Amino acid sequence: MKIGIKSLGAYLPYNYLSRAAINRAWGSKGGKGEKSVADVDEDSLTLAVEAAMSCFRFIEREKIDTLYFASTTGAYAEKSHSALISVACDLNDESMFTVDFAASTRAGTNAMKAALDAAAGNSNRNILVAAADVRNAFPKSPLENSFGDGSAALVIGSGNDLLAEVEFFTSVNEEINDYWRNAGEKYTRHSEGRFCDEEGYLREVKIILNKLQKNTGTMISEFEKVVLTAQNTKLQVKIAEKFAIAPEKLVDTLLVNVGDTGAAQALIGIVNALENAKAGDRILVVDYGNGANAMVLKVTENITKISDFQQIQRYLEKRVEMDSYVKFLSWRDIAAAEPGGAFKLPASSAQTWREQNINLRLHGSVCKKCSSVLYPVARICDNCGSKDEYDEVRLSDHICKLYTYCRDEYAGRSDSPVIIQAVAEDPTGCHVYMIMTDCRQDEIKAGMNLEFSFRKMHELGNFPNYFWKVRPLRREKV
Amino acid sequence: MTMYFKDGFKDDLAIIGMGCSKFGERWDTGLEDLIIDAAYEAFEDAGVGSKDIQACFFANTNAPNNCSGTPVADALKMHGIPITRNENWCAAGHIAMIDACLAVKSGMCDIAMAIGAEKLKDRGSGGLGVGRGLNPVRETRRDAPGSFALIAEAYFRKYGISDEEGKELLAKIAVKNHANGSLSPKAHFHNIVTLEQVIKAPLIASPLGLYDCCGTSDGSACAIITRSDIARQLRDDPIYIKGFGCSTDMITPHYRYRDFDWTSFESLRKCAQMAYAMAGIVNPRTELDLAEVHDCFTITEMCIYEDFGFSEKGAAPRDIEEGFFERTGGLPVNVDGGLKCFGHPVGASGIRMTYELYKQLQYKVDNPKRQLKNVHRGLSQTFGGPPQIAACMIVGNEKG
Repeated sequence: MKIGIKSLGAYLPYNYLSRAAINRAWGSKGGKGEKSVADVDEDSLTLAVEAAMSCFRFIEREKIDTLYFASTTGAYAEKSHSALISVACDLNDESMFTVDFAASTRAGTNAMKAALDAAAGNSNRNILVAAADVRNAFPKSPLENSFGDGSAALVIGSGNDLLAEVEFFTSVNEEINDYWRNAGEKYTRHSEGRFCDEEGYLREVKIILNKLQKNTGTMISEFEKVVLTAQNTKLQVKIAEKFAIAPEKLVDTLLVNVGDTGAAQALIGIVNALENAKAGDRILVVDYGNGANAMVLKVTENITKISDFQQIQRYLEKRVEMDSYVKFLSWRDIAAAEPGGAFKLPASSAQTWREQNINLRLHGSVCKKCSSVLYPVARICDNCGSKDEYDEVRLSDHICKLYTYCRDEYAGRSDSPVIIQAVAEDPTGCHVYMIMTDCRQDEIKAGMNLEFSFRKMHELGNFPNYFWKVRPLRREKV
Repeated sequence: MTMYFKDGFKDDLAIIGMGCSKFGERWDTGLEDLIIDAAYEAFEDAGVGSKDIQACFFANTNAPNNCSGTPVADALKMHGIPITRNENWCAAGHIAMIDACLAVKSGMCDIAMAIGAEKLKDRGSGGLGVGRGLNPVRETRRDAPGSFALIAEAYFRKYGISDEEGKELLAKIAVKNHANGSLSPKAHFHNIVTLEQVIKAPLIASPLGLYDCCGTSDGSACAIITRSDIARQLRDDPIYIKGFGCSTDMITPHYRYRDFDWTSFESLRKCAQMAYAMAGIVNPRTELDLAEVHDCFTITEMCIYEDFGFSEKGAAPRDIEEGFFERTGGLPVNVDGGLKCFGHPVGASGIRMTYELYKQLQYKVDNPKRQLKNVHRGLSQTFGGPPQIAACMIVGNEKG
């Protein structure tokens, strides 16, 4: 039974900072590339939902029975993230097994390993693995330059519809404090650089690659593509030189243009590799974090079905440079923003639980009598007046048209005051009122296409409250 | 569906006294002071005292939720009678007056009082805050300017008006109301503004700029309502209630089934329909002599012109261009400066508007330069939410 990857998706935030701008803010020069920055309403959980939703391009969501979330930066210390991601993706609670993988930057491939084992044990299972990270580094530190925010997701299963088979997987463990964050802390800490590199990353990666060569009988240099996660490109080059990997075979894990995306980096690398692969390619993947994972993927003939759906390049092209490093600090609550006007809203965990189909799954209702679609779910049909005669309908994957809007200059918090208030019309004629995000002022036009994006709205009630916004197409294309 | 007093209503009820405080940023004045200011002017005007009031209806949206009607009882030492509070947003003042009318009309009492008072400047911040509705996330950043601005984009697009043309059109409403407000001693703002100033003012919610938006201020207003036969014993010039209306939409009309296009509001249309039916008005454009309408934003005033039948659908821009709603025009609107100059102490506004009609119809306006000539019937109207609820009242200085 072949086990491997059936679907894939990635997500990169709309905003980025150039490293030169960060350095300039601190009075120093230089800096190469960009650091992607999650918006003030994004966190690792919303990033994971974005990537996971893309997976439903190549597999029906009804076939997913397991969701693994991997991150070192979950919104909660205690409470499942995968449960919420599963609901936002509108997966079926009654058949879902949800697990969170945390603490290690290797969590993404750790979750993949658990998924591969699960698929090996039961050929009917399809496991969605979503990895995302939004890590913080001390301001002005080298890690601040190198970290970036992003996510990727894969569906693992077995059968003839694999995009890539996972032929081999191996791991090594290492107890070391090279990079870590103590419980309750905000910023990632690290030990002396040469210690981290030599006794941590380089040593572990060499061990696992030697092991892999020995166990598979394949020289590292023979793979068509190599996904090598690392904290920086220098380390990637050192490994490439050591194992004679031709530079063009190294898959871009987006260290330069996005940054080190932590638990998501390996999966982002895999998505980038597959989006540019051809049938028969063998892809080596190495992930690091308190030891290492390595796996070998073999690309199948099915890879052609994703050839028109490359996402990573599109996400890199359709994004904007942040005008201010200070805004980044404020978004991350490093330089606190002045709280906005008092919210005139209730906050209740009971209500949030009760209305999760409407707010988290973005369900409207379709009337059984007159077929009217209404949002939110309407027990009484606004068109024909029928009572309790409806089916719920998911709107989150609909592409809408902008109906009317305004640019509200003062409705947001002090570091992001502008809110685009929008009314959108979905293909069924259903109207939704939402905030529009990730757009340039000059591109907003009534009638434009919009997609839904899962976002964090506020933390009233002492927990993050999530809902949806609309934005010009990035994930979807028409 | 027609309803409303099929056995007749006209001229059964009259206003015998009204009061209105100075509106503005009244840092040194509390809610109870505002209540006293408006109530005692009304008492003196009517020739009655607090002990003559048999029922009171209090309009207020921003006092703490658990205070009920007690601010009125506390301020006026007016206890032992029913005093209820309504918080129907911007329409609360009108609804308090409607409640007072119903109390008298039903025979529950002879003299009822409606009072609206709002102390917005104790909120600690400008504006009315963000977030609306019963749900914690769906309207997270919804606020008044952002909600009403949605009308402008939809209206401009529907009628092929460019952003520049639209801005100028709306600016004319602001210029008119500011010119009118300069003649109102009790208004918050008295500054005359030019078209250029309005158009170039900082943007609040596109396309609305600073002068397209009303201010938030403190203020109060009061009306004492009785039966017409009693009214005639108390004064020679009572102002008769000709009709009133009220209509409510969903908290998010955005979510209505298809028939909602953001240029016209069912709550406005139905509210007008009800009041016109009661007052026997067929053509408001010619049968009304003046109107005070809810210019929380200039686009709101324009929208009301059409939904209240002052203008044909799509014809409000032409009427604005032709000056139809200027104080010298066919139907002067907001001759006291409107919310634009009084600001909008939410619960007080509907009664404040009616106060202007009352004084105009008695030819007793506090600044003679503002007094209109030959006026017999006027309409006041509030529209709140953001746009879900409308209420109005039609009054006249003659029977029949």
